[in-house]
Amino acid sequence: MGNMKLNLKIWRQTGPNAKGQMKDYPVNDVSPDMSFLEMLDVLNDNLVRKNEDPIAFDHDCREGICGMCSLFINGEAHGPARGITTCQLHMRRFKDGDTIHVEPWRAQPFPVIKDLATDRGAFDRIQAAGGFVSINTSGNLVDGNALPIPKDDADKAFDAATCIGCGACVATCPNGSAMLFVAAKVSQLSLLPQGRPEAKRRALAMVEQMDKEGFGNCSNTGACEIECPKQISLEHIARLNREYLVATVTKE
Amino acid sequence: MGYNVKAFCYQDSARRAHSIAAQGGINAAKNYQNDGDSTYRLFYDTVKGGDYRAREANVYRLAEVSANIIDQCVAQGVPFARDYGGLLDNRSFGGVQVSRTFYARGQTGQQLLLGAYSALMRQVGKGAVQMFDRHEMLDVVVVDGKARGIIARNLVTGEIERHGAHAVLICTGGYGNVFFLSTNAMGCNVTAAWKAHKRGAFFGNPCYTQIHPTCIPVSGTHQSKLTLMSESLRNDGRIWVPAKLEDAKAIREGKKKGSDIAEADRDYYLERRYPAFGNLVPRDVASRAAKERCDAGFGVNQTGEAVYLDFGAAIERYGKLEANVKKIENPSKEKITELGTAVVSEKYGNLFDMYENIVGENPYLHAMKIYPAVHYTMGGLWVDYNLQTTVPGLFCLGEANFSDHGANRLGASALMQGLADGYFVIPYTVGDYLADDIRTGPIDTKRPEFEAAEKEIKGRIEHLLTNKGSKPVDDFHRRLGKVMWDKCGMARNAQGLQEAIAEIRQIREEFWKDVRVTGKAGEFNQELEKAGRVADFLELGELMCMDALNRNESCGGHFREEYQTPEGEALRDDANFAYVAAWEWTGDAGKANLHKEPLTFEEVKLTQRSYK
Repeated sequence: MGNMKLNLKIWRQTGPNAKGQMKDYPVNDVSPDMSFLEMLDVLNDNLVRKNEDPIAFDHDCREGICGMCSLFINGEAHGPARGITTCQLHMRRFKDGDTIHVEPWRAQPFPVIKDLATDRGAFDRIQAAGGFVSINTSGNLVDGNALPIPKDDADKAFDAATCIGCGACVATCPNGSAMLFVAAKVSQLSLLPQGRPEAKRRALAMVEQMDKEGFGNCSNTGACEIECPKQISLEHIARLNREYLVATVTKE
Repeated sequence: MGYNVKAFCYQDSARRAHSIAAQGGINAAKNYQNDGDSTYRLFYDTVKGGDYRAREANVYRLAEVSANIIDQCVAQGVPFARDYGGLLDNRSFGGVQVSRTFYARGQTGQQLLLGAYSALMRQVGKGAVQMFDRHEMLDVVVVDGKARGIIARNLVTGEIERHGAHAVLICTGGYGNVFFLSTNAMGCNVTAAWKAHKRGAFFGNPCYTQIHPTCIPVSGTHQSKLTLMSESLRNDGRIWVPAKLEDAKAIREGKKKGSDIAEADRDYYLERRYPAFGNLVPRDVASRAAKERCDAGFGVNQTGEAVYLDFGAAIERYGKLEANVKKIENPSKEKITELGTAVVSEKYGNLFDMYENIVGENPYLHAMKIYPAVHYTMGGLWVDYNLQTTVPGLFCLGEANFSDHGANRLGASALMQGLADGYFVIPYTVGDYLADDIRTGPIDTKRPEFEAAEKEIKGRIEHLLTNKGSKPVDDFHRRLGKVMWDKCGMARNAQGLQEAIAEIRQIREEFWKDVRVTGKAGEFNQELEKAGRVADFLELGELMCMDALNRNESCGGHFREEYQTPEGEALRDDANFAYVAAWEWTGDAGKANLHKEPLTFEEVKLTQRSYK
C-alpha cells in the first residue's frame, strides 16, 4: 500500500469564547502505518515550518489507556474503528483521496479550550462527588484475601473499571448524557463487597453532580456503547438505574 | 493526615498519569501461592535484579510494605484478577522464580492508578486537596535553604503562578523521553526534577536506563512513540531468531515467513544461554541478548531490528490441556489450536489486539515481532531513606527518585515502588520534617526568591517565542534522541560517550539559537510546553553521558562494552564502583560535581549475577 493524499477538514477555534470554523488542510505522503495522531504531528510540523499556528489536540500515552485523546472523526468518536481510541487509529483505515472531518468533542459540559482540545473537568467533579470507597490509607487493613470475591463479580467489576474517562460516550450521545461514564464507576464499586456499604450514597451523589454539570438524560439510544473505546456495556447503565432507584426509594 | 495539599499535573486530569500504562502487574511478598516467597526473597531478588547497585535498607522496606499495598488496593475496590475460589490470582515475572505478581488483566497500572485517583478525588471533594490540572511546575523556590514552594504555568491561560508551601513533593515519573522514542507517554518529561536539580537537589545515577525487551519495533520516521508489549507475555511466549543467517536474510527480504522455519532451525537464544530462567531472564539481559543476535545479522524485519515472540508452543500446550479438561479424546490439530487460542486470548487478549492494531498482522497466526525500547529510568533525584532530596523540604517519590531499583528494575516493581513511596513511606517521613516547621506561618509568595524565579521563567519563555528560529522543537528532540540511543543506549563505550557529549552540546547551542516556537505566552500553547521540556532534556542528556562515562564498569541496564565477561555478560567492578553517583549542579551541564554514596551490603553477598 503506497502513501496517500488526504483532504483534512479540521475545526479551528482560538479560545473558549471565540467562534470556530472548519478549515481545509490537504496533506500528502501519509503512510498507512502512521497513527492518526502521527499524521496530525506531521501536519503540525509543516504548519510550524510555515510559521502558522499548529492544531491543538489532547493526547498523551498514545496506546489507548490514558483517555486524554479525543476527536470526532467523520462524525464518529475516536473515528471509524471500534474498541479503540484515536491514538490507536491507524491511517490504513483510510483510502487515498479521502476527505476526513476532524472535530472536537461537542457537548455543553465540555467547553472547547482551543481547536480540538476540550475541558472535561466535569468528569473529575462527578468522581469527587462519590466515585470512591471511603477508606483511609493505613498499613493495617484486612488481608486482601480475607474476603473472597466470586470470579464472575470481579470480572464484571473489571469490565466496568476499564473506563478511561475519555468522554466519547458524552460526545456521541444525542442528549450529551454522561450515564455510561457514571454507570461504569457506580457499577464497578457496587459489584464489589468493598464498595457496597456506600453504594446508595454513591449513586445519588454521582447522579446529582452529573445533573448539576449539565449533562443530558439517557434515552437508551445505545450509541455510547458502540463508540466506547473500551466497549463498556449498556448493562452497567441498567445497574446504575437499579442502584439509583433503590437508593431513591429507601432514602431516609 | 490533616495537611492542606495542592496537587499539580500537566494532564487534564490526575487520572491520566503515566502509571496508567503499566500493563503486567505489581509484586508483593504475600506468598499466597505457597511457593517459598517471603519478604526476604523479594528483597533479595530486587537487590540482585538491580545488579547490586541499590541501597539495601530501602529495598528491604519496599519488600516489607509490598503486602500492605495489595490490601490497600483491594480495599479501594481495585478489581484484581481472581481465581475460581474468589481469591487473588498471581503470575510470574522476569528475574524471579516465584509467582508473586498481582494483576488486573493487562491493565494493572490503570486499575491501581484509578484506585489512587479515586482516593485523591475523595480528598478533593472534601476540600483537603486542591487540584491544579493542566498546570506544569517550572521551578521550585528555595528560601533560606528550604523548599518553600513552586512556580507553575497554567497551561490553559499561560499564566505564571506562585504557590507557597512548607514542603514540596516531586512525583513526576521518569525521563525516558530524553530518547525521543520510548514507551513513555508523549508528555512525560524531566522538567520538575531537573529544575529541582538546578536548585540544589543531587541527581542520582542518571545513566541507569531500562531498555524493555518486548516492544513493537520501529516502523518509520514518522514514529512518535513505541508501544510496549507486557513482559507477562514472556510467561508463555518463546523468543527466537533463525539459527541460520540465510533464513534470517530470506525473512528480511520477504521470501520466507517465520512459520516456514523448521523447529530445528530456530535459535531460542534465551533458553539456550540461560536454561534456568529461559525467557524469564531480567529485562536488561533479555534486551542485550536480542541486540546481540540482531547485530550478528539474525534480525527478522526489514530493518533487521526485531526478533520473534512466538506463542505457537503455548497455544499447543494450552490446547492439549483444555482438551483433557473437556474430555475430548484424540483432538485434531485444529481443535487443539482453537482451544489453545482461546486460553491465550483470555490471558493476553488486549495485548494481542493492540499488536494487531498497530502492526496490521494477526499475532495468533504469525509470531509477534519485537525489539527492545527505552522504558524506564532507574536514575532520578537522589533521596535519603526518608525520600528527602539534598534540599530540605523537597521530597521525591516513585520513578522520579533513584532509590530502589539499582541498575535494573525487575518487572512489576515500578507500581510497587510508586505505591510504597506514596502510601506507606512519605506519610511517615514528611511529618518528621514538618514537625520542625510547626511555627512557620503561611509562606509569603511575594518574597524576592519567588520574584526572581518567576522573572527567570518569563525571560526564558520570552526568548523561546521571539528568537525567530527556523526549526520546530521536535527536530532537536529527534536529534538528541538519536544521539542518546546510538551512544548512551543499550551498549555504551568511552569513545561514543565522549562524542555524544560534544554532539549534545552542539544540539543545545543550536536549539537556543534556531528553535521556532509559534504562538504566544498567554495562551494554550503546546509547542511552548514542548520547547521547555526539550530544553531540559538537552541538559540532562549530557549528564547521563557523563555519568555513563564515569562508571567504568557494566551493571544492570548500564552496559559498557569495554567491561564484559567472556560470555558477554555485564562485568561489575565492586571495588571501585559500588556507589551511588550523586551529581551536583554547578551552573553548567558539563561541569556537574560528583558525590559518591558508598553502598554497603550487610545481608546480600555480591556475586556475578547469574540466570543460567
